[in-house]
Amino acid sequence: MDLYEYQGKQLFAKYDIPVSPGAAAETVDAAVAAADKIGYPVVVKAQVQVGGRGKAGGIKLAANADECREHASNILGMDIKGHVVALVWIEKASDISQEYYASFTLDRSAKLHLGMLSAEGGVEIEQVAEDNPDAIARIHVDPVDGLTDTQCKEWVAAAGLDPAATDGAVDILTKLYRCYVDADADLVEINPLILTPDGRVHALDAKVSLDDSSVFRHPEYEEYDATQVRDNRERAAHDKGLQYVGLDGYVGIIANGAGLAMSTVDIVSQVGGKPANFLDIGGGANADVMSGALEVINNDPDVKAIFINIFGGITKGEEVANGIVTALERVDIEAPIVMRLDGTNADEGRAILEPHLSDQLQLQPTMVDAARRVVEIAQARGGR
Amino acid sequence: MAIFVDDTTKVVYQGLTGSQGRFYGLLNREYGTQVVAGTNPKKAGTDVDGIPIFASVKEAVAATGATASCVFIPAPGVRAAVLEAAEGGIEFVVVITEGVPAHDEAWFYNKLKRDHRNVRLLGPNCPGVISPGRANIGITAGHIAKEGGPVGIVSRSGTLTYQALYELQQNDIGVTTCVGIGGDPVPGTSFIDCLAAFEADPDTRAVMMIGEIGGSAEEEAAEFIKAEMTKPVVAYIAGVTAPPGKKMGHAGAIVSGGKGTASAKMDALEDAGARIGLNPTEAGEIMVGVVDKL
Repeated sequence: MDLYEYQGKQLFAKYDIPVSPGAAAETVDAAVAAADKIGYPVVVKAQVQVGGRGKAGGIKLAANADECREHASNILGMDIKGHVVALVWIEKASDISQEYYASFTLDRSAKLHLGMLSAEGGVEIEQVAEDNPDAIARIHVDPVDGLTDTQCKEWVAAAGLDPAATDGAVDILTKLYRCYVDADADLVEINPLILTPDGRVHALDAKVSLDDSSVFRHPEYEEYDATQVRDNRERAAHDKGLQYVGLDGYVGIIANGAGLAMSTVDIVSQVGGKPANFLDIGGGANADVMSGALEVINNDPDVKAIFINIFGGITKGEEVANGIVTALERVDIEAPIVMRLDGTNADEGRAILEPHLSDQLQLQPTMVDAARRVVEIAQARGGR
Repeated sequence: MAIFVDDTTKVVYQGLTGSQGRFYGLLNREYGTQVVAGTNPKKAGTDVDGIPIFASVKEAVAATGATASCVFIPAPGVRAAVLEAAEGGIEFVVVITEGVPAHDEAWFYNKLKRDHRNVRLLGPNCPGVISPGRANIGITAGHIAKEGGPVGIVSRSGTLTYQALYELQQNDIGVTTCVGIGGDPVPGTSFIDCLAAFEADPDTRAVMMIGEIGGSAEEEAAEFIKAEMTKPVVAYIAGVTAPPGKKMGHAGAIVSGGKGTASAKMDALEDAGARIGLNPTEAGEIMVGVVDKL
C-alpha cells in the first residue's frame, strides 16, 4: 500500500525526522486557513499517488493568502494522469541550498536491506542510476544487525554530500531506517532530502510504501487503507478479500491461484484478446468464493465474456462444479462464461456441469481452447 | 533418488492441531510421509489421530528423531516458529503459511544463514515439496504426480506447479521431486539451490522451471544454467502481460521500475540454453519432446 505524501510526512514526524510544518486540506477555505496559521510563504501540493505532479502544475508556491486561494482552487479537482486531486498539503516553504536523495528498500537479490544515498537529488533516482550510477552510494544492511552508527557514517561519507550536511544526514538516515523497520515498509524514500542555507537537513518529500502482509501488527494501516483510491471493481473485490487487479480489456478472468490467474491473463492476450482483470480466488473455489468473484466481474460493464479457469488440486472437481452451479443460481450474469476445469476428479466435475451447459456456460478441454473460445465470443459481443 | 525429502524423512508439523495443519498433516501421512509429531505447547501429551503432540520442536526431535518440519502456524507466529525449528535441531523447515511480513522473512533468512548454516528453509508461502511415491510435505495433491523420473520441477507458483505435475502425468512422465519455492520476496530456497540439487541427482535428467514476474531470481537462475547445468531445462514464466506497479496476487510478483518483466526473464533463460514454453501446456509439450530424446 502506497501512502500519500502527507501521510508519509506524518509518519516521518513520529520518528523525529525533520519535515516542514504543514496541514492537509480538502477545501480552498481550509487550505487558506491552514496557510494563515503556518505563515507565508507556503507551498500548495497536490496529494496524488503518481509521479510528475510538479510538471502538471500540482505544486505551487504562494506568497500570501490570495495566491494560496488561487492555487488551491486550481489544484483541488485537477486531473493528474487520471488521478483527481481531492486533497492538498499546505506546508511552510523551505530555502534550499542542496537537494539529495535517500531511501531504504529490500534488495531481493541480496536478501538484505538496501540503503541508497545520492548527492544528486530532486530527480528520478532511476534516471541517476542510468546516467551516473557512481553518484549513488549504496549500503546493504543485515536485518539481524540493523544499521550501525559506523556503517551509517561511512555511507554518508561515501555519498559526497556537502560537509555541512554530514551530521544531519547521519541523524536522519538513522531515524529513517528505524521508521522503515518499525513501520514494516517496502520502501521509504526522501527525494529531495534538502540542506538549507542555515545548515539544516530536512525531508522535503516523503514516499512510503507499506507491506500489506504486516497489517496484523499495524492497526494504523486501516486508516491509510481507508484513503486509498480504488476503482469500483477493485473496491468490491477488496471488500470480499479477493486478489483483483483491474485491466482495460473485455474478457473477465477468474482463476484459482496467483500463477494460474497470471497465466490465464497471458494466454487470453496470446490468442488475440484483451483481459479485463486478474482475479485469483485462491485454492478453495467453493460456492461463496465463486459467487463473490462473479459479482465482482459483473460490476465491470466492459466485460463481454468470462473465462473461469480452475485446476483442482486438493479441491476436487465435483466441489468446484457444484460451487459454480450454485454461484450461477445466486448471481445473475449477462456475459457468457467459458470454463476449463482440470485436475483432480475433473471428469466427475464436468459431468456435474454437463446438464447446465448452454450458450451461457460452455466447457472447453484445455486452457488454450477455452481462451480462443472466450475471446471469439467476447469479440462477437463487441469486445474491442 | 530424490532431492531434499524421501521416504526416510521424519517430519514434525508445527501447527498440527490447527484446522489447516491437521487437514494437510493427515493427508501427507496418508500419502506415505513419515509424519512423526506435532507441536503445541498448550496441548502437549495429546495426539492428532495417533500423531503425538509435543510442547516444543526440541522435545519432538528428541522423542522421534525428526529432521524436517512443516509450518502451518499463522503469519504472526512464523518468525518464532522458524527459529524454534532451527534451534530445536531441524535441518529442513518448510513454511506453507502465506502473508508473512517481508521484514520477518528477511530477518529469519539472515538469522539462519548466520547461526544455523546447516538448516534449509523452503518458503514461506509455498506449496511445499513432493518426491512422488516417497514423501509429500505440504499442500500438493499427491495423486496428480507420477512417481519415478526423469523430470525434476522447481516453481514459484502453487497452481502452476500442480498444472505442470498434471501435464507430465497425463503424458506418463514421472517426477523425481517437485519443489515449490513460493512467490514471496525472500524465499528461503532459491531456483539455483534446486537446480544445483537436480544437477547432482542422478535420477533427475531434465528440469522444468516455472517462474513469474518480479525480482531477478529467474535471471540469476539463467546465469547458473549457463555456467553449471548439463541437464536440459524447460522453462515457463507467468505474467507476460502484467501491468507495472501492480502486485499480481503474490507479494513478490510485481514489475517495478521496468525491472522483473517476463520478457527479460525469458530472454535470459533462452540465452542460457533453456527451452521456453509460452504457456504451461506448451512447456509440457516441449518437455515431452525433451524426455523422448533422453
